[in-house]
Amino acid sequence: MSNELIDFVIVSIALLAIGIYGVSVKRNAIRMLFAIEIIINAANLNLVAFARYIPNSKGQTFALFSIAIAAAEVAVGLALIIVAYRMYKNIDIAEFRSLKG
Amino acid sequence: MADAVFLAISVLTIGSAIAALEVRSLIYGSISLMGTLGGVAGYFLLLDSPFVAMFQIAVYIGSIAVLILFTVMLVRRQLIFFKVEDKRRRYAGVGLMLILMVALGTIILGSGIKTIQTDASPVNFRTIGEDFLTYYWPALILMALILASSVIGALTLARREDMENEQRTN
Repeated sequence: MSNELIDFVIVSIALLAIGIYGVSVKRNAIRMLFAIEIIINAANLNLVAFARYIPNSKGQTFALFSIAIAAAEVAVGLALIIVAYRMYKNIDIAEFRSLKG
Repeated sequence: MADAVFLAISVLTIGSAIAALEVRSLIYGSISLMGTLGGVAGYFLLLDSPFVAMFQIAVYIGSIAVLILFTVMLVRRQLIFFKVEDKRRRYAGVGLMLILMVALGTIILGSGIKTIQTDASPVNFRTIGEDFLTYYWPALILMALILASSVIGALTLARREDMENEQRTN
């Protein structure tokens, strides 16, 4: 293999940093969901890369579980966004303040 | 050293990840998110794990991205182009991103994994199937229950009670 482990890890770090930027800066709820997806993908990439270079099948198994759980998370997250949109007529998370003390 | 395919996939993945967060329209944003997810699937193919790559394409591009696209279309038109953000917060976010990249990058480059290479043959995906059905079967069943309950939860959350009551009175 011409690619080394470090290449994949560096790409994964870049994706993680972009995702954290999105979560911390964006106020649009759907865009925050995009950022969370990007972070989850960075984690999966790390799992599969390390599993390839050990080599071991456990990392791939864990990545498959992680992808399935991410699907569940997105379904619930989008439902929450739809409910919040129905209540506030907005998807700006700064406007969702009925739980604010 | 990385090869050309790797570099091309890197440009696609990271570029479309930035575009997904920064493009003005949410619809184009979700299409760029599909690019990121597809790029990660390409990395999985480069890492000789075709099963995970196909799973990624089927679950992420096939269902999650389409789900997000439909949700975006349910939202009002002005909100699709909605982009309010603090200037100061944005600069702080970019700074945080760069600091994180540099710090984690130096830690990783300074560690021992820089020299790791492998000539071992890739793991056969039959092993993954055997793992799923032997050692990991409780986790597999639990995952199925979590998926089912999340679908039920999503449907319950998104139900419109006012509309149902109206229909019942009619």
